[in-house]
Amino acid sequence: MKSFLKKHKKYVWLAAYAALTLLSFALGFNPGKVVFTNFTQSFVEMITFVPFLFIIVGLFDVWVPKERIQRHIGQESGVKGIVLVILLAMLQAGPLYGAFPVAYMLHKKGASIRNIFIYLGAFSSLKIPMLGIEIGYLGIEFSLARTLVSLPLFIGIGYLMEWYLKDRHFQISDGSQ
Amino acid sequence: MSNNAIIYISVCVVLSAVSFFLDKGKTIAGFKKGWNMFKNVLLPFLNILILVSLLIYLIPPSVITKYLGAGSGVAGFSTAALVGSITLIPGFISYPIAAGLIKQGASYAVVATFMTTLMMVGVVTLPLEIRYFGKTVAITRNVLNFVAAVIIGLMVGIIL
Repeated sequence: MKSFLKKHKKYVWLAAYAALTLLSFALGFNPGKVVFTNFTQSFVEMITFVPFLFIIVGLFDVWVPKERIQRHIGQESGVKGIVLVILLAMLQAGPLYGAFPVAYMLHKKGASIRNIFIYLGAFSSLKIPMLGIEIGYLGIEFSLARTLVSLPLFIGIGYLMEWYLKDRHFQISDGSQ
Repeated sequence: MSNNAIIYISVCVVLSAVSFFLDKGKTIAGFKKGWNMFKNVLLPFLNILILVSLLIYLIPPSVITKYLGAGSGVAGFSTAALVGSITLIPGFISYPIAAGLIKQGASYAVVATFMTTLMMVGVVTLPLEIRYFGKTVAITRNVLNFVAAVIIGLMVGIIL
């Protein structure tokens, strides 16, 4: 019993919600019905586009050679270098702290300080899977406005950090201590 | 069917067809990858949808409009920026929350500030960030990003 609970712990909210909803319908508890209507609406909204978005992301993943872009990042500089780091960041997924090890690796490969911070900026808010969800939920106008305002600011932060750290022997460590 | 569904399904079908035509094996590998990613976010997604459905019922639009709406001013803005900076909500599941807030009367500027601080500033993950970049740089990055996030929020509010 204990091991069963432990194994299925992650379903506990879903199960509790299902039980309460069934109870609401059985007892004619109106708030429960209203919440369920809300839930069905948002569930339908989600299930009709999110799985397809992920398939698109999966196809991107197999067709766009992330490793090859990564190889070029240390060597390219100027505008081309900036475009490459932004592109690489856009192809990633996951939370921001997942970008720190990549920043370490890019640093080791010789990427400039500027480009590393531009990478972090782009990673935080221009990832394609997240843009896809954002467009789905908040609309293309919102995403477009946010992206166009963000981009120059990230690049500015990259330049600012480079200027600030120029003579400070800045090193990124591997995070082990 | 919603516009979203139509657009995403069409793009998905077209890309899959092109990909399949070019390389069958790669396409199937891509499908598997995408499906696995979806499976990983499905449960947290469902949990957040339950929470949002509940909150939409419990918190009347008038309250959201008052505290996070267009007229909420500096207070609404600061709340959004602070909550966004401190909490650690995975990107995917923060969007249904944002959409719910807008539906209930929050302004675009406030929601944009909440979303950008959520993405760009990480108070909870700061110790981890310090291990990679050192104290000064990690804090500087977060402060700069906080300022940028507030500017982005304001600008998006002005544009939309």
